[in-house]
Amino acid sequence: MAENMVTEYLIIGNSVAGVNCIAGIREMDRDGSIVVISDEDVYNYSRPLISYYLGGRLGIDALSFKNEDFYKDNRVELILGTKAERLDIDRKEVVTSKGVIKFNKLLIATGGRPVIPAIDGYAEDIEGIFTFTNLSDAKRLDGYIKRKNIKKGVILGGGLIGLKCAEGLIERGIQVSIVEMSDRLLSMTLDKDASLFIEEMLKNKKQCDVLTKETVNRIMCDGKLLSGVTLSSGKNIHTELLIIAAGVRPDITLVKDTFIKYNRGILVDEHMRTSVPFIYAAGDVAEGKDMITGNNSVIAIWPVAAKQGKVAGMNMAGSDIIYDGLFPMNAVDIVGVPVISFGITNPSETDGYEIVKERRENIYKKIVLKDNRIVGCIFLGRIERSGIFQGLIKYKIDVSRFKDELLSDDFGLLVLPAEYRKHMVRGEGIEV
Amino acid sequence: MAKAKNIAEFIIERDEKKCIKCQACVRVCSNDVHNYDEETEEILSDNIKCVGCHFCEDICPTGALTIRRNLSETKENAHWTRDYIYKVVKQASTGGILLTGMGNDRPYKNYFEHIVLNAAQVTNPSIDPLREPMELKTFIGRKPDRIIYDKTRGKYILKERVTNLLELELPVMFSAMSFGSISLNACKSLAKAASASGVYWNTGEGGLHKDLYPYADRAIVQIASGRFGVNVEYLEKAAAVEIKIGQGAKPGIGGHLPGEKVSEEISLTRMIPEGSDAISPAPHHDIYSIEDLRQLIFAIKEATSYRKPVGVKIAAVHNVAPIASGIVRAGADFITIDGIRGGTGAAPVAIRDNVGIPIEIAVAVVDQRLREEGIRNQASIIAAGGFRTSADIVKAIALGADAVYIGTAALIALGCHVCQKCYTGKCNWGIATQDPYLTRRLNPEIGAKRLSNLLRAWALEIKEMLGGMGINAIESLRGNREQLRAVGLNEVELNLLGIKHAGEAW
Amino acid sequence: MKPRRILIKEEYCIGCRLCEVYCITQHSPSKDIIRTYKGSEVRPVSGIYFEEKGSVSFAIQCRHCDEAPCIENCLTGAMYRDEKTGRVLHNRDKCVGCWMCVMSCPLGVIKIDYEKKKVVSKCDLCIDREFPACVEHCPNEAILLVDEKGERVEKKSG
Repeated sequence: MAENMVTEYLIIGNSVAGVNCIAGIREMDRDGSIVVISDEDVYNYSRPLISYYLGGRLGIDALSFKNEDFYKDNRVELILGTKAERLDIDRKEVVTSKGVIKFNKLLIATGGRPVIPAIDGYAEDIEGIFTFTNLSDAKRLDGYIKRKNIKKGVILGGGLIGLKCAEGLIERGIQVSIVEMSDRLLSMTLDKDASLFIEEMLKNKKQCDVLTKETVNRIMCDGKLLSGVTLSSGKNIHTELLIIAAGVRPDITLVKDTFIKYNRGILVDEHMRTSVPFIYAAGDVAEGKDMITGNNSVIAIWPVAAKQGKVAGMNMAGSDIIYDGLFPMNAVDIVGVPVISFGITNPSETDGYEIVKERRENIYKKIVLKDNRIVGCIFLGRIERSGIFQGLIKYKIDVSRFKDELLSDDFGLLVLPAEYRKHMVRGEGIEV
Repeated sequence: MAKAKNIAEFIIERDEKKCIKCQACVRVCSNDVHNYDEETEEILSDNIKCVGCHFCEDICPTGALTIRRNLSETKENAHWTRDYIYKVVKQASTGGILLTGMGNDRPYKNYFEHIVLNAAQVTNPSIDPLREPMELKTFIGRKPDRIIYDKTRGKYILKERVTNLLELELPVMFSAMSFGSISLNACKSLAKAASASGVYWNTGEGGLHKDLYPYADRAIVQIASGRFGVNVEYLEKAAAVEIKIGQGAKPGIGGHLPGEKVSEEISLTRMIPEGSDAISPAPHHDIYSIEDLRQLIFAIKEATSYRKPVGVKIAAVHNVAPIASGIVRAGADFITIDGIRGGTGAAPVAIRDNVGIPIEIAVAVVDQRLREEGIRNQASIIAAGGFRTSADIVKAIALGADAVYIGTAALIALGCHVCQKCYTGKCNWGIATQDPYLTRRLNPEIGAKRLSNLLRAWALEIKEMLGGMGINAIESLRGNREQLRAVGLNEVELNLLGIKHAGEAW
Repeated sequence: MKPRRILIKEEYCIGCRLCEVYCITQHSPSKDIIRTYKGSEVRPVSGIYFEEKGSVSFAIQCRHCDEAPCIENCLTGAMYRDEKTGRVLHNRDKCVGCWMCVMSCPLGVIKIDYEKKKVVSKCDLCIDREFPACVEHCPNEAILLVDEKGERVEKKSG
């Protein structure tokens, strides 16, 4: 890149929010120059797929969700391997590791960075400790496993990232111990029944050990090489591989020293604007509206990043589109068990929530209701048609008339109120 | 004695090589003829339940099904045919009146098939309807005795006051079929097609459902002995009013729509409580004479400010000509005569098959009588009951009808296969049923299109026949019996029909 | 380009399920109904969900949304929009079974293969023929094809 660049639109971050921002801008403005900078060196890939890469199911090429033509067709200058170091709001410029870029409109889509809890003996330069959020993590991990012929590893954190990583390792024949501080896996996403179901499935693999109510207290090294960990129970595990998957947090370094408002993430309004009108934020770094609670929160999931990126892009290019909020939702396949969840999955029963659920064989379904409206659900083992629930949550449809049918195996559009159903099937303005 | 069983009327043949077990037949049959056996993965069909509606045959994607008549024969006997034997068998087991639907299926002499049309040769030229104008436009209603007009500044102005006439693009209308006897979708199909084709449909004694209001300007509304659905709006919205005295399929018999068919929609339309039997008495209890009829006709005319034609429908019976004369003198603007082959949703077999006279003769004698009395212009004659083709219509008009009503033919266009089981309410084609599972099968868009197609095709054929005769307007055919000749009719028949035998010149 | 799409008239669905039969046939190797059902071919899964309750029934398939959340949320790019026709199509080779599309589809019309961990079927508006098979063969015109303006497209006869 040139020392000093000038562009109409600057996008920091090249993952799903950034990419959808490009699409959003181009829907409104065919000509304005777009520059995308990314501190990674791959032109585009799907972060959730790195576990498939780790497990050997997908090659590097298969990880991209947009091909290279996407950037060409949209006339985007993509600058890889470049880190945005400082943001100067007054001068409307971003100082990067390779020069200064002046912009007219800016999108911050820097995503999240892994949380490293305080652990005795932890140091950044210890070999054998990894995080698992981006492709370079996965590549380094892959290289390390090959080089050291690793047969056994410890994963700290039983959330989605930890479990998908565990799955990847298991597929490579590595014995995995998952260490989870709370009393169950996926405690942020699922309820107890679903968690136990997944735990059971994992343990059935025989290559996997799940240690709940535990954490890593100490890291032991052999020189600069990891040799083992001590758990809070005092148990020692001899291992040369520790993956820290204790969560992610919005990467807000760029705005820390500016007057852009942030809480946990960068606060955005319904146009995805930050407190500075020409600067937008989207994706895992942004703290936007949660449709169910109505409050701002960071919802670090793909659909939110996609939608926010699109809305931000269109608004940056002069549109007046409103992001009406989303709610947490996850689709994942863990050790062969498909799981989809929406919204509030594990409420305390005292707050007026009603729960209907069913567990049989390898199927678990749970619907959380409040005032006859669905506010969350879990589908495990059988997930067809679950997308319909997203609309029921979004449009706050009164389900009292067909509550009995919610768990039925042939649940479909037919039981929904006729007006809503017709709106759905006509395909007019379907947007969820 | 062992109880004799009824025999299957039809045999269902399933070509196993073609049957893909998609079970479409199982799902669609309202008579539960076809059943899928989960264990053997076979579809079994129960012949005895089959009514011969051919819906499954039609829906089968591979043509694996054929419905055949059961040829199981009783000993040859010209008198005791199988039909009669099994009627007795049935009544011996039920003790009830035999019911049926649609029109008379007995082999009475069909005069249409004994009448042939003329064509122009040498002494007068035939007309090619593709190259020259051909008029099928028909007006129904009272026409003035003479035309009195003023001619001012080159313009003719009619001085005689003429009641509004019904203007038909071709002399065919849809006969009275009530919402109740047929489904709302069937009514919609008829109404839409009538509107699109420039003809009229008839509500029957079922009232006018709100969904049909957009087509009310093409509706002839009926007032029958039950007076169902009659209100001010009904009369005001309609194009014409028809007082129904009788019906060709069951002269002298009333109607009975069982309570289970009186759904919410029907109850609203007929203005009777939901689930109650809708009984149309055999007679109008306020009409015991021509004078009584005149009172009703004029009551309706008053109610509609003399803006709409008011007609009277009767079944063709022995005394049809004098009755028709009385009706015209009572003030009717049109008279509908329904012949012995007229259809119905339900009638006792004994009545349907034995009461009334053929429409061909009835039209001829009524036309003749009204002409003789010099009152033919005062009312139009609409013939009904058994019209199957455009040629039947041409013959009826030449015998003296102004227009014809078609019922069965229209229903066949909508899918009906004349299985005669209308009265069961299980019509697989979604016509003679109120079961929501079945009525949805009749998509009025398709129905209206098919009916319009039929009318269009008949109009083209009628024009061809007229052109062949060297006639360029249907007006010139009306009562023009010289265009007809009989084949194989005796002198009495020739006299009644007012036609010559084939071979006789003008 | 906005795709043509399928419109259903549930009030005219007769519940015969022939749409599924013809969808399956159309997506089979031979495209011949008898061979598809009676031969040795692997029978494909239809792209249609048929729903029935009491006297109401209908067939529902992908609406090829303008803003297709299944495409937006697909992790691999397996779900994509065909630029020429505007259809939402699925590339089975790229699919890894992340189920994001299943989660995102508001109509819930994406069918999945739990064994192979892939999306197994979704309506492609019949890629190999001008007119979708379900529309053409619906005996009661309960499944219609409409153009981008919402106007009905009818099969040219003959």
